[in-house]
Amino acid sequence: MPEVAVRELTFAQAVREALAEEMRRDKRVCIFGEDVAEAGTPFKVLSGLVEEFGCERVLDTPISEAGFTGMGVGAAMTGLRPVVDIMFGDFLTLTMDQLVNQAAKVHYMSGGTWKVPMVLRTTLGATRRSAAQHSQSLHAWLSHVPGLKVAMPSTPYDAKGLLKTAIRDENPVIFFEDKMMYKLKGSVPEGEYTIPFGVADVKREGEDVTIVATSSMVQVALGAAEMLEKIGVSAEVIDPRTTWPLDEKTLVESAKKTSRAIVVEEGYGRYGVTGEMASVIAEGAFYSLDTPVKRMGAMHVPIPFSPPLEDVTVPTEQTVFEAARAMCGKA
Amino acid sequence: MTIATDQARVIDGVRAEQWIRIYRRMVTIREFEESVNELYTRALMPGLAHLYIGEEAVAVGICAALRQTDYITSTHRGHGHCLAKGASPDRMFAELLGKEAGYCRGKGGSMHIADPATGNLGANAIVGGSAGIATGAALSSKRLGTGQVTVCFFGEGALGQGVLYEVMNLAALWKLPVIYVCENNLYNEYTHYSETTAGDMLARGAAFGVQAESVDGQDVRAVYAAAQRLVERARKGEGPTFLVCRTYRYHGHHVGDINREYYRSKQEEQEWKTKGDPIKNFAAWMIQQRISDAAALEEMQKEVRAETKAAVEFAIAAPYPKPEEADEDVYA
Ligand SMILES: Cc1ncc(C[n+]2csc(CCOP(=O)(O)OP(=O)(O)O)c2C)c(N)n1
Ligand SMILES: [Mg+2]
Repeated sequence: MPEVAVRELTFAQAVREALAEEMRRDKRVCIFGEDVAEAGTPFKVLSGLVEEFGCERVLDTPISEAGFTGMGVGAAMTGLRPVVDIMFGDFLTLTMDQLVNQAAKVHYMSGGTWKVPMVLRTTLGATRRSAAQHSQSLHAWLSHVPGLKVAMPSTPYDAKGLLKTAIRDENPVIFFEDKMMYKLKGSVPEGEYTIPFGVADVKREGEDVTIVATSSMVQVALGAAEMLEKIGVSAEVIDPRTTWPLDEKTLVESAKKTSRAIVVEEGYGRYGVTGEMASVIAEGAFYSLDTPVKRMGAMHVPIPFSPPLEDVTVPTEQTVFEAARAMCGKA
Repeated sequence: MTIATDQARVIDGVRAEQWIRIYRRMVTIREFEESVNELYTRALMPGLAHLYIGEEAVAVGICAALRQTDYITSTHRGHGHCLAKGASPDRMFAELLGKEAGYCRGKGGSMHIADPATGNLGANAIVGGSAGIATGAALSSKRLGTGQVTVCFFGEGALGQGVLYEVMNLAALWKLPVIYVCENNLYNEYTHYSETTAGDMLARGAAFGVQAESVDGQDVRAVYAAAQRLVERARKGEGPTFLVCRTYRYHGHHVGDINREYYRSKQEEQEWKTKGDPIKNFAAWMIQQRISDAAALEEMQKEVRAETKAAVEFAIAAPYPKPEEADEDVYA
């Protein structure tokens, strides 16, 4: 095997690199959204792209989320491969008809004739002190809808590989980035690679308890796993990477091995992604489980502004550690 | 405070006393926002804030024409609207710092100040997000026969949102007492409005038969005069109006937006600040009309500054809410 150079990139740089590479590879790929061009988005994720690809392919839009998301659907159906940028996941609410009634259904309703190869990138995650309309993690809504795929990378490496897969997919893909993670560094090899959808990644191997975590909660789960190790509990951390398609097999196999499972996520637990994953595990690993599967998600409240309030609404290393410790019967 | 003239004197159909009140409100907003910026730079404020400095004449000119019971809806750049409608700086600062004494008990923060006592239906962090609320409030005032008027404040960026046109159409059909006040400060975040806004802004209202006009938003007298007319019209049941105020924000989109030259020049900023400052220009006019004099205005500024300082200190000293409060108030 030839040596592949590996660099440290931030999550934001990895996203940008995936976009740049795909835009170089395929002239049909274009980006639109608010302040995506010169501003490179408020998170500066897209800085430099308009300089390389021009404002024909990196388009600043008015603040018209429903309109330009719908245009993404139409453009995808007719020969472009749009990457639509929705600055905050909270604004997905404005795009819902376009995603749920249009993008998700076009292929099926047309008897498999039309296709919507579109990506919609957006953010999730609280603790940025941005209050209730800029802090939600609404990926469960999209994961619920047949016809949509949902990717949720947790590392720079995954972000790049999954985004390239998303852009090449023939279906609408909603791509969630944790806005608190943009500065997170991780190793990313030079050159071409993609990560298939529906393949979970074992972020850490362990024997005693499985912690399934997505996006922002993967680092939290890994931190909890470190703490658990100190008290003699070996935790396995699994990141499904896509909520749909979902790698049910890896989740179930891990739970069978450890006989205990916690699912931790930043979305609401109620009718949410944790509920789905917990029941996949319960159904698949029932006879191997020592204890009921535990779900941990955001508190069932709009995200409050005040730091002492906001901090208790999201699972932390400490709360995940305690849940796992209790589950493993350690004092 | 020494005021050079008789406060009952009437200039431009308005008592001197009222002009002075208007001036004081503008200065209050300016001082408030300068302090917010300072709280941010001193890392005492969680999160970000969108400053209203430069745009004071809009909120103050409009709200001066409203009664306490009239409604407003506000935006992410909302401190000015809330103060102009009568919110007190101490509880505003407390909210910005996430304290229990804040208007929303720390749950809302900078972008969500709401206050029933002053008719403030709430600031909103979704661009265009309050258009429905404002128009619905106007519907209830009409049905309930209360005579209240609602002002829906929004930036020109909100002209991109379809919901605005849905409710304008309804407001026109149902002759609702609502005034859509568009603050055109030239930028949607980091993008000039000319790149996002096709055609004629006013024609967007006019197309629905909503009376549309524009005004110099740096001239509080002009804004106030327009607001008085439009409010009266709404109160008489003559229906919705659309007022575009030309204005400018002096600072960044938010407090962290420091390097702005990639989207607007320092020279442009400087021109607005020197030629178009709403407070300086109004002060000069008041002095010229002998409504006040330089010494009195300076004295007033000092008073406001001291009040603002006290309000900041109150907020800094105020306790945080208890973590257990996080799941209170989800349902009524
Ligand atoms: C629906 C929605 N889309 C995008 C944003 C992000 N955002 C916040 S403020 C802003 C620009 C608003 O511009 P304008 O309405 O002109 O108000 P200004 O900031 O100039 O006062 C944007 C895009 C948002 N808050 N809500
Ligand atoms: Mg604006």
